[in-house]
Amino acid sequence: MSGALAQLFGAGPPSREALDAFLGAHAVPLVAPESVTFLYRGEAEAVYLRMFIAGLPAAQPLERAAGTDLWILTLALPAGSRFEYKFEVKRPGASEWILDPLNPLKASDPFGANSVCQGYGYVPPEWTLPDEGARAGNFEALALDSRHLGRRRVDLYLPARFRRTRRYPLLVLHDGGDYLRYAQLKTVLDNLIHRLEIPPLVVALTDSPDRLREYVGLDAHADFLVDELLPAVAAKVPLDPDPAHRCAMGASLGGVAALHAAWRHPGAFGRLLLQSGSFAFTDIGENRRGPVFEPVVRFMNAFRARPGRPAERIYVSCGIYESLIYENRSLVPLLQAARIPVRFEEARDGHNWQNWRDRLRAGLTFLFPGPLWMVYE
Amino acid sequence: MIDRALLGPQFRTPNLRECLEAMALAGPLAVVTAGWQDREGEIEELRAHVGRPVVDLALYTRAEHVHADDPPLAAAARERQERLQELQDLYRLRLHALMAAVEELSPAPGEAPARRRARRAALGDVRRLDREHLAATAREHAAFARHWQRAPRPSLSAHRKALAAALDGAAAVLVAGGHVAVLLNRMRLFGLATLIERRPLIAWSAGAMALSERVVLFHDRPPQGAAHAEVLEPGLGLVPGIVALPHAGERLALGDAARVQLFARRFAPSRCLALEHGSLIRWHRGRVAATRDLKRLSRSGRVVEVGA
Repeated sequence: MSGALAQLFGAGPPSREALDAFLGAHAVPLVAPESVTFLYRGEAEAVYLRMFIAGLPAAQPLERAAGTDLWILTLALPAGSRFEYKFEVKRPGASEWILDPLNPLKASDPFGANSVCQGYGYVPPEWTLPDEGARAGNFEALALDSRHLGRRRVDLYLPARFRRTRRYPLLVLHDGGDYLRYAQLKTVLDNLIHRLEIPPLVVALTDSPDRLREYVGLDAHADFLVDELLPAVAAKVPLDPDPAHRCAMGASLGGVAALHAAWRHPGAFGRLLLQSGSFAFTDIGENRRGPVFEPVVRFMNAFRARPGRPAERIYVSCGIYESLIYENRSLVPLLQAARIPVRFEEARDGHNWQNWRDRLRAGLTFLFPGPLWMVYE
Repeated sequence: MIDRALLGPQFRTPNLRECLEAMALAGPLAVVTAGWQDREGEIEELRAHVGRPVVDLALYTRAEHVHADDPPLAAAARERQERLQELQDLYRLRLHALMAAVEELSPAPGEAPARRRARRAALGDVRRLDREHLAATAREHAAFARHWQRAPRPSLSAHRKALAAALDGAAAVLVAGGHVAVLLNRMRLFGLATLIERRPLIAWSAGAMALSERVVLFHDRPPQGAAHAEVLEPGLGLVPGIVALPHAGERLALGDAARVQLFARRFAPSRCLALEHGSLIRWHRGRVAATRDLKRLSRSGRVVEVGA
């Protein structure tokens, strides 16, 4: 039990009013340097903390404090950690997954929203917050009739002060809409460009109507990116033709799609930014991640047998609370053996968009260092 | 020294007009915006701010034309840039090793005199390397100028004449910020220092750095790599005795006394001036005539106000 709670319960179960006052005065969950305490208040048969942290049970019970309707669970949590969760509340004849009613911090993803647990010392990076002084980029739509994938719409991010007389680096992004909605991508790009930490660049934000088919190592998708999208973007905006100024990027299955495209078309992308890639493989035994991963495993096994040189510089990140940490860690020596400069970053976070948001600065500045040292405006 | 002024960044809250008024400079202005590279010449906001005619000297564009007209000169310039880049890389390699020693020897409570002496010696090593690099880059520029001034370069000469004409009647020359190496490169190509040295000058950001004696690149919190300030090359030397530090508050850890002290001592006896939004330092007949919102990194580690 946290210190503040222990004090509250020091003289026995607190009154309803004392509990109200306590909850009104404390941010919940209660965060301490090495632990976090979750609180739920209400009548229930049982309450569980639901989160997906590799190595921990997916459901952990909160205990009801005797004589109250307060449910409590304390977990060890290293400083700087962050993860997302829900409560499962069981009542007679019903079970419900809900956001933590006492915690205002939430994160969204394509499946809805989660409550956010920010461990001791975690602060959202300031470069992810809107900066009124930062010049804002704009979007232009690009429509393609792909012979590989059919009709596609790609949004192009054009940096502030974009001009057609300059040639720009290009970032090809999978799940672009989700990066905008859930990872504050536009704010991050505007800020990093304004701060000269990355050069002004063009971003092609792609989305897939069927990512479980297209992002799992589908040749047609890789061919679409390289044979159709790259020339179409180059025809619309001026791009630097040097592969060192072209990057493929994605998170989760999007990371698989980016790596697959670069592997299938060596030289097309000089840079790769891979976040929590779903790089499932089998050295011994069967794939246990389900049928969706069968093509991923086929691709990754082939890739691991002959990695070649998919890019000249690669950034890989993964949360240590993800089950994919093993696959991502094992990718790094493979790439290093191919003498590819790799930056690998682990975060005390899970498989979620805010983790990927928080790693954008490290990844983008590693792959596209900006003119920070030379430009003084 | 003819009247000069250095300002902080002019983005958002410009104080250029106020400076012009204080210097009693009436009439049209000439401006160098080569540091803006492909945005060169986009001076509508500047014109609106000063409320008088401004001619852009178009050094960036002129350089493109000269290089197109004179391929041997363009090739030589490229080769020189490669040599300069190599010099910078080699300097950086040695600098990081020397700075690691300086940082390792940072002041400790109750330290022995031997450690203090070692720290002074380590800083001396860094200063020596800075001087050596400055001299090497200066030699590179001097050799280039000597070689390419032997024979007439018609395109370059024509542009220099045009520049001299454009400067005629300008009440002052403004030098804007941007990419400091590009700015200096273009100013050097056209020998601008000799064209403007007898005119009132007002410069800001990278422009201020370019007019000083040596250009120091700096950032204490870069997203990648070491945070060691680097000497780039000599500036034009039109504003002696200072190291210009635009955006110092954003770029430097000014609250870290040890870092401030190290910076100030490394570049002494030059005065390290933090040029922020609203900053101004103005010289009249070689003496500081006015300052505003100007701070200096002191050798004691404090950041102190600079008075006239």
